[in-house]
Amino acid sequence: MRYKLLASLAAALLAAGAAIAQEPIRIGAFLAVTGGAAFLGDPEQKTLELYVEKLNAAGGVLGRKLQLVSYDSAGDAEKARTFVKRLIEQDKVDVIVGGSTTGETMAVVPLVEAAGMPFISLAGAVVVTEPVKKWVFKTPHTDRMACERVFLDMRARDIQKIGLISGDGGFDKSMRVQCLAVAPTYRIQIVADESYGGGNTDMTAQLTKIKNTAGVQAVLNAGFGQGPAIVTKNYRQLAIGVPLYQSHGVASKAFIKLAGDAAEGVRLPAAALLVADTLPDSDRQKKVVLGFKREYEARYKSDVSTFGGHAWDGLMLVVEAMKKARSTDKAKVRDALESIRDFVGIDGVFNMSPNDHMGLDLTYFRMIEVKKGNWVPVQ
Amino acid sequence: MSAQLAQYLLSGLTVGAIYALVALGFAIIYNASHVINFAQGEFVMIGGMATVSLGNAGLPLLLAIPVAVLAAAAVGLALEKFAVEPARGASVVTLIIITIGASILLRGLATLVWDKNLHSLQPFSGDQPIALAGATILPQSLWVLGVTLAIVLLLGWFFSRTLTGKAMLATSHNPLAAQLCGINTRFVLLLSFGLSAALGAIAGILIAPITLTSWDVGVMLGLKGFAAAILGGLGSGAGAVVGGLVLGIVESLGAGYLSSAYKDAIAFVIILAVLFFMPSGLFGKKSAERV
Repeated sequence: MRYKLLASLAAALLAAGAAIAQEPIRIGAFLAVTGGAAFLGDPEQKTLELYVEKLNAAGGVLGRKLQLVSYDSAGDAEKARTFVKRLIEQDKVDVIVGGSTTGETMAVVPLVEAAGMPFISLAGAVVVTEPVKKWVFKTPHTDRMACERVFLDMRARDIQKIGLISGDGGFDKSMRVQCLAVAPTYRIQIVADESYGGGNTDMTAQLTKIKNTAGVQAVLNAGFGQGPAIVTKNYRQLAIGVPLYQSHGVASKAFIKLAGDAAEGVRLPAAALLVADTLPDSDRQKKVVLGFKREYEARYKSDVSTFGGHAWDGLMLVVEAMKKARSTDKAKVRDALESIRDFVGIDGVFNMSPNDHMGLDLTYFRMIEVKKGNWVPVQ
Repeated sequence: MSAQLAQYLLSGLTVGAIYALVALGFAIIYNASHVINFAQGEFVMIGGMATVSLGNAGLPLLLAIPVAVLAAAAVGLALEKFAVEPARGASVVTLIIITIGASILLRGLATLVWDKNLHSLQPFSGDQPIALAGATILPQSLWVLGVTLAIVLLLGWFFSRTLTGKAMLATSHNPLAAQLCGINTRFVLLLSFGLSAALGAIAGILIAPITLTSWDVGVMLGLKGFAAAILGGLGSGAGAVVGGLVLGIVESLGAGYLSSAYKDAIAFVIILAVLFFMPSGLFGKKSAERV
């Protein structure tokens, strides 16, 4: 009888030991899978699911499987906070990748800083990583870079005076401030500055004001989601002849679908993913970008968007950091993230540092245009 | 007239016509029961979303629209039967809170039946802008204005020439007297909800090609339609229409000439102004209560 007891105890201990060794690496995520920012969060969710599966099929990371714990924040900052609290305290994740929108990201920054949780945001505004916060990183190009990239293209087309129209969301407001700040450096004059509310469904009044401002040679719309789709439709309705630029917040086929024919000729800055097929072989990103495009489209039978790319970069940076640190200890992973250099991702080649938790510059940020419902690179 | 002003007026008229339809819905239900139905905006949403999903399921637009309107009317009837009628004897405030609860329920059901994403509906007759007095207007806007005019005329004929319409008017003037005359006031109430729901749904379908639709468009549209109804005088049909058009134009002019960031605030400032200075609205009857 005593031997049976000892044997079962030993078996239990062995099982527990084995269980601890097999404890999965928990990757927490909160994404705007539904709601106004759904065409950001939905591909992000799909990307994370697909690649956690692929990584596990290849043996996992550090000999352990990955487990994705993901919540739908619907673009709501309040919900984001609730879910991040749950991820930190209840699900006890090792790292968080998420925050589809700037508003949601900024709302959870205090939580991750207090908890010492490495967090890679998928949001756009420069305010996420400037000033640098110890535990917060991000993958997409910033709104300031979007302004700079657009201004460079405008200069190439001899455009000097432009109109600016933006929404009232976190990203919109931030990008507007950034554009106003960097415009003089590129000798661009912003002669009209209009804004619309988040749920507004008619921007003809604001666009009419811009149309009637003397000397406007182009219009830049800083925003994402419903707003730019309606702005683009109104823009065509009002027959404002000058070029329309959008931000990388609309870099998804969903935008073209919502705006319809009005999207023809719209230009925006975006990472290589949308024009992957046209990249020359000498392009460093070509292999990674094409690989992601093929795998995503094969699995989900729908076009890639850059937002999936942001999520891929976030996940792979985390995996790279864990491998570098040879552990999932949060502080070690954070340090490893900061020391990543020359990492070829989908948004660009990342070079993180203690002062730069974003890691990208303008080099791999390209200008693309909508032609016949598809993306083409601008030479 | 400057082209800018013309553009603001045209855009304002278009969205004003939608507010007018929603405000008419408020007016009809208020007349029949002195209840302000805060779920009115959700009927607008149901109209648009139902048409989109029916269209996606393969139904041609010509079929999808009547089916969607009937569906919304059915929801309106169900709302009256299961939420308002059981609480018939309760105070007006209670009934209003019930309709607010119903609107929250309908929004939640909408996210289950459909989804939380934005949807677009194809315009009825293309989207080539038409130039008019230096401004441009979409063909869809002409549909909005035309259908709203037709509905207003139809309702005018209904209320003044048909027995059912006159019964509804009688109920709004004095429910007890109407009952004594043999009018089935319960049926009138049911009909008013169904009619308002249909009106809201038509508004939602007309505007969806221009403004995109989703599960929560009803919130803002409902509140602005309510502002228009208050502006015109709660209970007055003509007031609802005029209030809607005025609100749409004032909003557009305000966004154009004052500040575009505060466009949404205009409707609510109007509610406050009307309640402070002119509580019975433009066309409302001044009421006095015997104490």
